[in-house]
Amino acid sequence: MLSRVANSLYWIGRYIERAEDTARLISVTSHLQLDLPKGIRPGWTSIVHILGNEEAFQKQGVADDERQIMKFLIGDLNHPGSILSSLFLARESARTVRDVMPREAWEEINSLYQTAKSDAQKGYWPKNRHAYLQQVVRGAQTITGMLAGSMLHDETYQFVRLGRNLERADMTSRIIDVRSADLVPPAEHELTPFENIQWMSVLKSLTGYQMYRRSVQEPVRRRDVLEFLFKERRFPRAILHCLGEIEGCALSLKKNAPVVARIRKLAQSVEAVNPGALEQSELHRFIDQFQLGLAGIDAAVRETYFA
Amino acid sequence: MAIRWGSYPVKGLHDELIQARSKSRPAAHRLCQFLRGLSDQEIEEYKAAAELAIKLMGITFTVYSDRDGSIDRSWPFDIIPRVIDRREWRQIERGLIQRVKALNLFIADLYDQQRVIKDGVFPGELLEDSVNFRPQCMGVKPPQGVWAHICGSDLVRDRDGTVYVLEDNLRVPSGVSYMLENRQVMKRVFPDLFENENILPVDDYPSKLYDMLASLSPRRVAKPVVAVLTPGIYNSAYFEHSYLAQQMGAELVEGSDLVVDDDDCVYMRTIDGPKRVDVIYRRIDDLFLDPEAFNPDSTLGVAGLMRAWKAGKVGLANAPGAGVADDKVVYAYVPDLIRYYLHEEPLIPNVPTYRCIYKEERDYVIGHIAELVVKPANESGGYGMLIGPQASAEECEQFVRLIKRNPRNYVAQPMLTLSTAPTLVGTKVEPRHLDLRPFILSGKETYVTTGGLTRVALRKGSTVVNSSQGGGSKDTWIVDLEGGN
Repeated sequence: MLSRVANSLYWIGRYIERAEDTARLISVTSHLQLDLPKGIRPGWTSIVHILGNEEAFQKQGVADDERQIMKFLIGDLNHPGSILSSLFLARESARTVRDVMPREAWEEINSLYQTAKSDAQKGYWPKNRHAYLQQVVRGAQTITGMLAGSMLHDETYQFVRLGRNLERADMTSRIIDVRSADLVPPAEHELTPFENIQWMSVLKSLTGYQMYRRSVQEPVRRRDVLEFLFKERRFPRAILHCLGEIEGCALSLKKNAPVVARIRKLAQSVEAVNPGALEQSELHRFIDQFQLGLAGIDAAVRETYFA
Repeated sequence: MAIRWGSYPVKGLHDELIQARSKSRPAAHRLCQFLRGLSDQEIEEYKAAAELAIKLMGITFTVYSDRDGSIDRSWPFDIIPRVIDRREWRQIERGLIQRVKALNLFIADLYDQQRVIKDGVFPGELLEDSVNFRPQCMGVKPPQGVWAHICGSDLVRDRDGTVYVLEDNLRVPSGVSYMLENRQVMKRVFPDLFENENILPVDDYPSKLYDMLASLSPRRVAKPVVAVLTPGIYNSAYFEHSYLAQQMGAELVEGSDLVVDDDDCVYMRTIDGPKRVDVIYRRIDDLFLDPEAFNPDSTLGVAGLMRAWKAGKVGLANAPGAGVADDKVVYAYVPDLIRYYLHEEPLIPNVPTYRCIYKEERDYVIGHIAELVVKPANESGGYGMLIGPQASAEECEQFVRLIKRNPRNYVAQPMLTLSTAPTLVGTKVEPRHLDLRPFILSGKETYVTTGGLTRVALRKGSTVVNSSQGGGSKDTWIVDLEGGN
């Protein structure tokens, strides 16, 4: 496979996942806003922090009001982190590799971008926002399903899968980082209803609430949720699961030694940590290190396969 | 009832579907009946379904404009097909095969002995200042003696019903993917029409193209590596490059993906390291193909590609230099070339063409400029043309100056009244002018597409069919009335 093509496929995986995760995050934050008492609502700017977009946000001088922020996060093509930008970039990458993708997948990527674009306004107002975001999530999942279900699972597919899981691990860690810091301080014994709500929202943004219930059978609280999101290998959005997927992709490629070494090192660091026991600042530092580790994997993939 | 054939104007025109007031041509009979039975609402529904299919299938083309850069637009498509009787098509097919055969013999001769010049059939001075003649190709003998493997010849029909060849595109002709996609759209939208009519399929083009390209492989291997070389996503025909690569299972490559090594072989950069390429279907013009041999500033091409091709280490289609016969001046000589090389009379006539290089013909052109269509030798896409009867006096004068400055570059033709076909305007039909571009593949055998790409001028009265200038397209049906094969 051409290096250029591998690079595009990897980014299709990343951008589609990024669009989906951003939509999830906005959707759940919208619900959380309604559930929490006014004093401790996280506010919309917290999403901007999660996505690491403060710089663009300030540069563009976006006002701190719901509609402006929604526009910035959903429909602003000048903002590279918006849902629409992710879908646009996925589509541009897909255009250059149409020859290796099933035709239906291209049609789906193209139509997801087109509808997300023409309907973007709907996402700016609370009334239709949920339906709009749901459409994006569903579209992204359709694409993921189509690629999984109809592409030859050769190297071509492995690059899409690699990109998707790397992005997913990154987004899960970002959600944990910001959402766990936002609100009520960690109070193990005092299970206020609001803490419960906050952690439920973390789980829900990852469609993990039901799965958590099935797997943990404990009340929703910080310690257990963190343990679940970092280490539950059976949950597809948990960090160790994603790292396992990434390793599986790398192992199916040639010349994989430098990439695999980095993946294993990062996975070991996650296995060794007890996230529930970390103070908020320690957790934050750990997540910072983790994200640097992901960047290291990304760099190794680029050097090995795309150069 | 929305479509009334009784009020459809055919006077003074040759219409492809309707031969006289209220009277359809036999091959279009069922189609016209079907259309007559549609209500306004049904027509709207069919149109919307086709538009949706085009949007979802991502059929686009890119338009250049100074203001907006390049824009991706959906492909403008008219749902009423153009219909040709298979018996007529057989004649056209034979004529195209004859023509392309002669053109290939001509190109091979120019880069070899140049008998055609020595025998006084083609003036040597035309070659000297031809923009598309590549001295670098002298003495090269490509496999099977074929230079123009893929040719797109534009056919038009005048008001008396005669079909003419308007031009031959031998460099990087485009449009075949739209021909294939138009059929896909029609089958999605009108499945029942296809069930009841005997419409010949068009889908075998990609496999024929692949077979032809594979036959150019220098290595005798079971599955040669074939690549489509594209200038990239900003090229107006990128959609087609990608589409054809996909349909053939070939690699779609850009210049930067390829490298020519010291062994003169071409390699592509892959995730496993360099991999040898056997055949390149290049969709880049000659001059950008190889900075070593041609334009040193080109970043689209591959340094050393000419070297590799001359050494016989890679197959190139079309061969570099094939464009020498894709020239509106050479065009004027094609009937003579057919007689010279094949000892046959041309089966499809040329449009009468005045060559400005000859004083007498030039004087005629200048004297009658307001009646003629003037074309520069080496522009495509309808750019730089003068349509005398529709032009202002100033525009005509400007062309007279251009012709005097560089007479070799211009030819002129009488204004034909291109045939029409019913085209939807709202929910009514009006006649619109059209042409037809069939594609001819030459390798061990010659293959002609079943029909081709019908391009239609969507503006009333216009004869400019190029998609970049307000043209659209229609599906082209070759209908077998005799049944069976």
